[in-house]
Amino acid sequence: MAWTELAQPTAMKEENVNRRFARGAGLVAAFALVSMGAAGCSSDSSSSSDTASVKIGFMGDLTGPNKALGINIRNGAKLAIDQYNATNPATKIDLIDYDSQGDPKQATALAPTVIDDGVIGLVGPSFSGETADTGATWEEAKLPFVSASATRVALADNGWTTFHRALADDSFQGPGVANFITTGLGAEKVAVIDDASEYGKGLADELASAVSTAGKDVAVRESVAAVGSEIPNYSSVISAIKSANVDAVFYGGYYAQSGALAKQLKDGGVTAAFVSGDGSLDPAFVTGAGAAANGSYLSCTCSLVNEASTGDAATFFTDYVAAFSADPGTYSPEGYDSATVFIDGIKAGNTTSAALLPFVDGVNFAGVSKQIQFEDNGNIKGGTVLMYKVTDDKITPIGTTDEATS
Amino acid sequence: MGGHVSDFVTLFWASTIDGLTQGGIYALVALGYTLVYGVLRLINFAHSEIFMIGTFATVAVINGFALQNPLTGIGLLLFLLVAGVVAAVVSGGSAVILERIAYRPLRRKGSTQLAALISAIGASLFLQQLFSLFYPDVVIVDRVMAKTNLATVGQGVIRTDKVLVFLGALAMMVLLDRLVNGTRFGRAIRATAQSPDNATLMGVDIDRVIMITFLLGGAMAGIGGMLYVVFFEATTFFVGFVLGIKAFTAAVLGGIGNLRGALIGGLSLGLIEEYGASIFGAQWKDVIAFSVLILVLMIRPTGILGESLGKARA
Repeated sequence: MAWTELAQPTAMKEENVNRRFARGAGLVAAFALVSMGAAGCSSDSSSSSDTASVKIGFMGDLTGPNKALGINIRNGAKLAIDQYNATNPATKIDLIDYDSQGDPKQATALAPTVIDDGVIGLVGPSFSGETADTGATWEEAKLPFVSASATRVALADNGWTTFHRALADDSFQGPGVANFITTGLGAEKVAVIDDASEYGKGLADELASAVSTAGKDVAVRESVAAVGSEIPNYSSVISAIKSANVDAVFYGGYYAQSGALAKQLKDGGVTAAFVSGDGSLDPAFVTGAGAAANGSYLSCTCSLVNEASTGDAATFFTDYVAAFSADPGTYSPEGYDSATVFIDGIKAGNTTSAALLPFVDGVNFAGVSKQIQFEDNGNIKGGTVLMYKVTDDKITPIGTTDEATS
Repeated sequence: MGGHVSDFVTLFWASTIDGLTQGGIYALVALGYTLVYGVLRLINFAHSEIFMIGTFATVAVINGFALQNPLTGIGLLLFLLVAGVVAAVVSGGSAVILERIAYRPLRRKGSTQLAALISAIGASLFLQQLFSLFYPDVVIVDRVMAKTNLATVGQGVIRTDKVLVFLGALAMMVLLDRLVNGTRFGRAIRATAQSPDNATLMGVDIDRVIMITFLLGGAMAGIGGMLYVVFFEATTFFVGFVLGIKAFTAAVLGGIGNLRGALIGGLSLGLIEEYGASIFGAQWKDVIAFSVLILVLMIRPTGILGESLGKARA
């Protein structure tokens, strides 16, 4: 068909489209009017009942490959906020979930929505990667955020006044676990593997340098990137580890992959102790690794609350189980404490993000996980690293990195 | 720290064994790309999801068997037979449905190949996201066969499951090659690949040939999925993404449209990855593999064996 033949009908079609577009736009405008009217109504009704409400956001992995960790934090935070709302306060808190699936790209895409929604404080983001990529947005909006789980060291070096975290960073975890590997396990040769993620590589680097400083040999140092929930074939890494005849293998990364690695190592005939960080501290690690999980060591700067806990932590444990019919998991206590930081601020009458920020900077209270007090750069004051061991398919704490032995 | 050339020497046999195992799975999936391309000149990007469906079919069979202990002997053979047939039928069937819905309407209306390609990518994302709704997590299954060491070559260990994957892939490959090159129906496939118009004139039912092509390619991906699950004991909705790209690469490396090329390409890619990783470290695996692909294509633009399904050889 010639272009001239095409020209006439196309122009007609365009006109049609324009007309349709005009009608569509009219509809949208009408809808907007109606919904604005509705919004007006709802704000009227809320002011008449004399209770104001503010929004606290949660951002993290709720449906992604490592969602167990995100759900643990969200539930911890939700418990704290539900308990607060149950006291019929003057200002209620709405907790809004922002599911980033732990993916920095999705977190970045969601960040403007958080600001637009008028959230005044954010629990999260969960993982280091998403925290690194969204931090500038929170900083620009002066939105105070408390991550319950992001442990990458460099996060505190960005000069973000809004950044806080409720647990010690990998500069504690890396050397702490290195100390456990070289002293507690008495390893001379160590293989250090990571998932090439912001968190995994950061932790593995900290650990590897501490192992070298202790005068021990980092015989294998490799990264295997994992796309989403992909299960990588670790064959080449396993061959290298076997050939180097190491005493311990450390993996910096999350449980979806660490379980597979532990299993492939055992099947490949590697008998070295398997050690991983807080990203692997989840029952899903045990499911993924199967029989190979037993005898593995996992570390965390987070605190574990279980039946044996006492005081406030015991109350937290009972309440959590009652609310969610599940035991609190990794980072649940930190999630609870992070939300408590904001709740205390709101109780004290700070109902905007600008008013909340200086309050958050100055908090000092005994949380269920630990004493919550922040350094100027947003890091938590102090910090201990706990080791856990998998025995009979259960993850049990065996003491701090200084005390724990094989 | 990576590695060195000396590591390549020390780890040579270990890398070879692992490379052939992984390469066997690449080759089985590559067959589907190559078959469809040979006949339709279409890159079926949804083929990676046909493989994924095969892994999930295998998971269902394994759960159905409710294993207490890994199988051996007759029990294992029976399992492989059942799982192989189920995975092949489910994947093959899915591929046929895919062709009906995503490609045939476009083909009938004489759309451009670009439109078919977009349809393929759309179908791939659709299937992936559909499965992610039902299986958002990694699915872990029981151990089907014991991973027993048979022999040691240098640093390499020949393990039962690796042997199964490699021999299984090889056997399916030979079977398909016989089917396409030695039967009446294979002749119809080749005739269609060479000239659809002439094949129609000679009384070949093109639609049926295309359907069978998708069925065969899908069945091979299903068997690949079965071997994958027996080997890795896990799957996810995302399993086909990277593996599909690798298998497509293998098909191009060997010569897309060429069945034997898919075998050579798959095994070569597996070996190149492992050798590359042993020298430069695992983080360089993909860089090395794709650099080699580009080098090969610069010297032989049609791949190692060249395009042949369409070339007269009958």
